[in-house]
Formats: sequence, structure tokens, C-alpha cells
Amino acid sequence: MSELKIVNCSKYYKKNGEPMCALEKADMHVESGRFISIIGPSGCGKSTLFNIVAGLIRPSQGTVLLDGNDITRESGHVGYMLQKDLLLPWRSILDNVIIGLEIRGVPKKEARKRALPMLRHYGLGGFEYDHPDALSGGMRQRAGLIRTLLYDKDVILLDEPFGALDAQTRMQMQNWLLKIWQDFKKTILFVTHDIDEAIYLSDEIYVFTHRPGKIKARIDVDLPRPRNAKTLMNDRFLELKRELLLMLREERIPE
Amino acid sequence: MLAEKDKSALIIEDPTVEQTKLRRRAIVGQIILGALLIVFWELFSRIGWLDSYYWSSPSTIVRTGWTAIVHGNLLQDLAYTSGSTIIGFILGTAAGYLLGLTFWWSDLYSRIFEPYLIAFNAVPKLALAPVLVIMFGIGFDSKVVLAFLMTIIVAAIAAYSGVENVDKDLEKMLVSLGAKRHHVFMKVVVPTTIPWIVSILKINISLALAGTIVGEFISSRQGIGRMILYAGQVLDIDLVWVGVVVLSILSIVMYLGTVWLEHVLMKGRTPKS
Repeated sequence: MSELKIVNCSKYYKKNGEPMCALEKADMHVESGRFISIIGPSGCGKSTLFNIVAGLIRPSQGTVLLDGNDITRESGHVGYMLQKDLLLPWRSILDNVIIGLEIRGVPKKEARKRALPMLRHYGLGGFEYDHPDALSGGMRQRAGLIRTLLYDKDVILLDEPFGALDAQTRMQMQNWLLKIWQDFKKTILFVTHDIDEAIYLSDEIYVFTHRPGKIKARIDVDLPRPRNAKTLMNDRFLELKRELLLMLREERIPE
Repeated sequence: MLAEKDKSALIIEDPTVEQTKLRRRAIVGQIILGALLIVFWELFSRIGWLDSYYWSSPSTIVRTGWTAIVHGNLLQDLAYTSGSTIIGFILGTAAGYLLGLTFWWSDLYSRIFEPYLIAFNAVPKLALAPVLVIMFGIGFDSKVVLAFLMTIIVAAIAAYSGVENVDKDLEKMLVSLGAKRHHVFMKVVVPTTIPWIVSILKINISLALAGTIVGEFISSRQGIGRMILYAGQVLDIDLVWVGVVVLSILSIVMYLGTVWLEHVLMKGRTPKS
């Protein structure tokens, strides 16, 4: 059980003396176990929103509630993963993924014991004792996500985790992520640029406008699960894609 | 028949064999070059192309050195000089490293101290040697203090540069995992700065040696530096050469020591590029 509510969150910065709005009155209600995507042009305040939910920055206005508790400006309540894998280069993969447990005070030995079967089950068997620079981009993202999963929070924020991967690896990783999501029943908030990716993965999609970042629309993705390659050819998929494309076209920066 | 067999044979290239061959040849070449230098030095000073009064000769240096070991105090002097160098190096490098690391904790504090760090780096510490000898006496302590002062700022600046290079996103990632500042410090800041401090170990060991020798020049009862100074004053140039050769050997040994230390500290990671 974990219900995330983002209530009326705004963020203003001062730039050259002028107040600038990075995020305007974001209101989101995320039910437990849902897969939510956030899509929008760059500079639409997606990352600002994530930093607020993760408690890394303070909103100028508004609150974040997790199961009714105010978690505004409190870090450590949700898992957060960025586009960069941010693995520590001096640690092995195994020691990288247990870092959240270490911080929580779990002894290293015990943490390793817990992490090993998970690494093996989710496609990193054989790489446990390698250092990150020996792994491909996709593998590193897997390790990053397993680190977030081991931290064991019900809500996970993923900020364009597959943005830097090639198309083939990306497809693989999307299916891998869906499998993990089904196994762990987490609530996922997923930022992406990629319309196909958003539709393929999500239950709901929020579309953001360009500066100031604001929620423009909420779209329900009523495609059946489990999803697979056939989903991409589904008429409903293409319909949703057309709808989203048109919406995002309006948000294109005028040239 | 044989040629045909060769054509069908599987050819597997092994680059490590080539590498080993190259390494072996290089070592042989290095030994030959060193031997030639010594032989020509000896030869030229014997036939008079080098003035043996100034340049001495390898055989004389060895003979003088042997006498200094047997009848003099060369070994005690060596222990004295290397002892104060190594102690000063360790204390100075460690203290400088810790000092540099403290700059991570507060932006205000690091901004206040930074210009003074740079200013103190610009002070020629060796020029302070006469004062230090008066302050700390002509014994062991003043040499250690000089070696310490020579190394501390270099280490502090290296650690500070490392601190400035800490990846902000790594910090952010750890904080999102619930980390407090001390977690970030131990798990990210310290490991990030290790290659920076490792990269100045070699510089610091030679700076420490220079500090110690100057300290011994100024005033001392023992040490290789004092021996060289004394030998110079009595125009025993052969003994000066003994001192120089012994110091060079000491320097090489300590250099190898830092290479080993680097190896230990950098286990399992690639050096800073």
C-alpha cells in the first residue's frame, strides 16, 4: 500500500532577477501499484517535480503526501534513479547495489547475501564481482535499478533511465522493467521523451507543457497486459500515439 | 610436405609473449646502459679527461664509502636522514590530506581558507629553515618539521582538488537513498579523493627529502646532509660524492616504496587520468 499525492506543487527560481517558474501547480494522485509516465518537452519541469517528490529540493508551494503523511523536503521515502547509472566506479556491482542497505545499517555480509540471488535472477549473474566499467550501458542501468529496488521503497521514480541506450537494448530493458514491476508490485513514476515507451509501459500518462512546466493532460492507457511486441501494432496503441503526438506538437518550441 | 602442413596449422597470436620479450630486452638494455655510464666515468677520470679531483671516480667513491661505513658513521647518518624524511612525509601527507578533506564540509569555511592555502603554498618553506632549527633545536625534530612543512600543503591542495571533483549526482543519488552527510563523506568523498592524494605521493617523498637535507645543512650533528656539508668544508670531494650517491639510492628506494603504496591504495581501480 502506498498512495502518492502531489498537491499543488510549484517551484519558482530567480533568474537574472526575474522570477521564473519551473513547475506550476502540479496536482497528481498516484494509486498504489500503478505505472505512471510523465512525458513532455525538455525543460518542462519533470526533473524538478522528481526532485521535489524525492525530497531533494523544497517546493515554493505545495505538499507531497505518501499514504497521507507529509514527506515534503524529506529524502529517503521513495526510490530515485537518474539517467546516469551513478554506480561507484571503485565498487563491484554487488557492493554497488547494496549501498542503500549499508546506509540503513544492514551489515555488509547480510546485505550481500540478500543481493546475490536478486542480481542472478535479474540478468546480472556472472557480473557480481566485476567493476562497473566492465559492463555495458544496459547492464549498468540494471544494476542501478536493482540498487533502487533493494532499498525497498514502495514508490520508485525513474528519470529517463533508458534515455542513453540504443533502441535494441532499450526494448529489452523495457520488458525487463515490466517483469520487475510485476514481480515487486511497486508504484513507478517514469519520465521519458519517448511516446512509444510511455504508452508501452504505462497505465497512465501525464503530459507536461513547456515552460512553465504544467500538467496539460492525463491519459489513461487502456491496453491489455501483459504487453508484448504485438501491443505495438494494436490499433488502440496507434490511436494513443497519434493523440500524444498532436499534443506534444503544440508544445514544440516556436522556431 | 612440411610446408603444406604449416599452411593448415592454426596460427594463434599471443600478444603477451611479445610483451614479455620486449620487457626482458628493455631490462637487459637498461643494465648495459648503467654499466657503460659507470665504466666510462671510471675510464675518463683515470685517463684524465675528467678531473678526478672534482669528479672523483666510481672506484674511489666505493672505497671512500666503505671506509665511511666501517670507520665512520655512514649507516647511522643514513638511518637518521631516512628516518626524519619518512616520518615527516607520512605526517605531512596525512595531515594535508585530512586538511583538504575538511574543505568538503562547509562552503563558507573552504572559501575563507582557500586563499591562505594558496598563499602558504607560495611561501618558500626552506627559507624558514634557520628559524625552525632555532625553534625545534638542532636534533631530529627540526628535520621532521621541515619535511612535514614541505609536504602538508601539497597534500592539502591535492585533496582539495579531489573534493572539488566529487560528482554532485553521486551525492544526490546517495541522499535519495537516505544517506546523511557522513555517509556521503565516507562512501563518495574519501574514495573519490584517493587517486588525487596517490598522484602526489612521489612528489611529496622527494620534497620531504629536500626538507630534511636542508635542515641538516643548516645545523645538525648527524645525517647525510651534515656529512656532505662537512666533507665540502674540508675539501674531501670524494666524500661529497659518497653522500650524493647514497642520497640518490635512498631516493630511489623511497620512490619504489611510494610506487608500492600506490599499488596498494589503488587496488581494483583505474588510475586518475
